[in-house]
Amino acid sequence: MRARLHLAALAVLLAASACSAGSSASVSSGPDTLSVGFTAEPANFDFTHADGAAIPQALLYNVYEGLVKLDAQGRIVPLLAKSWTVSPDRKTYDFQLQPGVKFSNGAPFTASDVKFSLLRVKTDWTISIKSAMDVVDHVDVVSPDHARVVLSKPSNGWLFSLTSRLGAMFSPTGVADLANKPVGTGPYEVASRRRGDSIVLKENPAYWGRKPAYSTVVLKYIADPTALNNALLSNGIDVISSLTSADSIPQFQGDDRFTVLQGTTNSEVTLAFNNKRAPLNDPRVRQALTYAIDRKAVLDLVFNGRGTLIGSMVPPTDPWYEDLSGVYPYDPAKAKQLLAQAGVKNLNLRLRIPNLPYAVSAAQVVQSQLADVGVRTTIEPLDFPAVWLKQVFTDHDYDLSIIQHVEARDITTFGKPTYYWGYDSQRVQQLLAEADGGTPQQQVADMKQVARRLNTDAAADWLFLYPNVIVAKNKVTGFAKNQVSESFDLTGLRPA
Amino acid sequence: MTVKVLRRVAILVVSLFVASIVVFLFMAVLPGDPAQVALGVNATPELLAKTRAEFGIDRSLVTQYFSWIGGVLHGDFGRSYVTREAIGPQLLDRLGVTLWLVGAGMVVALVIAVPVGMFAAVRHRKPSGATVSGLSQIGVAIPAFLAGIILVQIFAVQLRWLPSGGWTPPDQDAGQFVRGLILPALSLGLVQGAVLTRYVRSAVLDTLGQDYLRTARSKGLLPAQALRRHGLRNASVPVVTVLGLQLATLLIGAVVVERVFVLPGLGSMLLDAVSSRDLLTVQGIVLVLVAGVLLVNFVVDVLYTVLDPRLRGS
Repeated sequence: MRARLHLAALAVLLAASACSAGSSASVSSGPDTLSVGFTAEPANFDFTHADGAAIPQALLYNVYEGLVKLDAQGRIVPLLAKSWTVSPDRKTYDFQLQPGVKFSNGAPFTASDVKFSLLRVKTDWTISIKSAMDVVDHVDVVSPDHARVVLSKPSNGWLFSLTSRLGAMFSPTGVADLANKPVGTGPYEVASRRRGDSIVLKENPAYWGRKPAYSTVVLKYIADPTALNNALLSNGIDVISSLTSADSIPQFQGDDRFTVLQGTTNSEVTLAFNNKRAPLNDPRVRQALTYAIDRKAVLDLVFNGRGTLIGSMVPPTDPWYEDLSGVYPYDPAKAKQLLAQAGVKNLNLRLRIPNLPYAVSAAQVVQSQLADVGVRTTIEPLDFPAVWLKQVFTDHDYDLSIIQHVEARDITTFGKPTYYWGYDSQRVQQLLAEADGGTPQQQVADMKQVARRLNTDAAADWLFLYPNVIVAKNKVTGFAKNQVSESFDLTGLRPA
Repeated sequence: MTVKVLRRVAILVVSLFVASIVVFLFMAVLPGDPAQVALGVNATPELLAKTRAEFGIDRSLVTQYFSWIGGVLHGDFGRSYVTREAIGPQLLDRLGVTLWLVGAGMVVALVIAVPVGMFAAVRHRKPSGATVSGLSQIGVAIPAFLAGIILVQIFAVQLRWLPSGGWTPPDQDAGQFVRGLILPALSLGLVQGAVLTRYVRSAVLDTLGQDYLRTARSKGLLPAQALRRHGLRNASVPVVTVLGLQLATLLIGAVVVERVFVLPGLGSMLLDAVSSRDLLTVQGIVLVLVAGVLLVNFVVDVLYTVLDPRLRGS
């Protein structure tokens, strides 16, 4: 009897769902709604206190705007600043602001908000990248639409940092509850969120710039890569912001509903050498290991050959990019010769990697190729982030590691002797400092030298640059191929 | 009867207390620094020290345990290291999702197990009964996540009838809520249903062999009729026990199914919290899960005495 009741209830449920299961299970209810899938979810909305790429990915350029932004080619272009000038001594920046800009809570945006936001980084932010703002000496409000920033020393890196979350403009009237209620000048505002599921962005009706094509954007967070793919295949979402494995690319390419776009990122997948530890403190040994590894084979295995061979810590979207991937061709004989010259025998190294798919598969190739030149490696996968961060990154307890370095222009980490590379070169530190203080032309010349030096020293082995693979339904266009900023920029997207 | 229940309550409280200590110690020995994970790769030593103090993880383990359990007893589960928000309300919210899933999975399991098990028992000498028994054996062998992956492939990716995952609260859109729950409930329920089918079958077979049923049959009732009128209550005793035990398995299965179907329940919250070393959150979730399992066992014990008059002695 009871069973019969259950059956009846289930039948009703099935019938009810079948009625609404017309064609698809799409969340996109209408042409002006877009749904984008991501893997990593923001802990909250406050990137001034919480680190992690997921928050700026969702909010920067979409909800918050800065004075400047990065375009798809990696150039610094105007945003809330219409234009700017730099004084001859490169210490004073004059920003002319867009008129008529309002925050999403209605407060007007003026030069005093520029002063408030930049100085607030020093006083209220807790995440460590705030140190990029240390160079600001003071900010003057010349007029409501003219802000003047005076630096204590010239710094190209400072202007570049304004394109990141550090440059986001806040209103004093909108910082009471940053973790839950972000208030920015961007084309979208946060409408709602369901933790573990999604964030809904709605068009900001008071936006000063071009009206976005999609009035509602749902950011769906799906940690499991297979589930993320299935969501797109079953019409649950419209876009996968970034594919994390190459295995699923063919199934999307073979399906005429979808477009697959491939570009570059700032994410260098790097085989790190502990430069402080014998025998890796001998450049000949590091060069030998670099000759011993066929990076093309690594890239083929890990990402089906999609990705870029770079040979240094510079992605093609940086102005000082040069292709250095051919300096150390795959040459096991040369590797053995160098090891013999360095007097190294029976080398056994600990390859301590994060337990992430790309690192695990790259480690297999590295291990077998190093074995070919007589270097034994023990692979130790560590729980990421917790254990890897503690043991490898903080305690420098490793010989070799493989990890993606995702941050823009993180070549500067080779200027910090305390960083986990253990790389300490006076010349590189000096060049980095000169590059930061010089003219843009000097900066390019100096940075090229830094990249070449690191390559010559074999400070690390840059296996490949992680590709940016976006998969979208054909009806969505306007994506930037390259992921150069911290933002998943929604502002250019529009229906086909 | 009352003494029995009171003894059960005492056992429940002690078990919970012991469980809380085990959970706490297990998290304490996990390698990794919660402050480092929360702050990321650019953290300075000063900031790390400040954050450890803020989290209270620079204190002795004993102090940490008592301040945590003291809070829990007042219904305060502390603040998450990652989101910096109160854990309690978040737990409740996620528990709701998991309970819907487990409940729906249970319904699916029962809808399968009761009629199929009875059918297999009544016809146990016929080929059709044997076939059904064989099928249930196969069902037992398929793990819930595999069932989920297969169901998604068929009904979401190929046919596009149902969503491949995601969660819509029932008060937001009832139709979408039901459609989103069908595949996860099936993944969880099919396997459980297969397990339960075997128990129902053997319980019913057992009952069919009893004297009182033979009496009923001799009055001219068909086996199924006799069973319905006289045997079901007796057959339900072992089934309820197994149901209780299965609920623990269902909760474990739910953790996996939530991941496959992107449901914001306790399971996905647990996985996230472990990987980001959000220790307080992990402790809170595990405590809730353990409490749930213990409570179910407690209820089953009590139900047992209600269903089976022979146990009401003492």
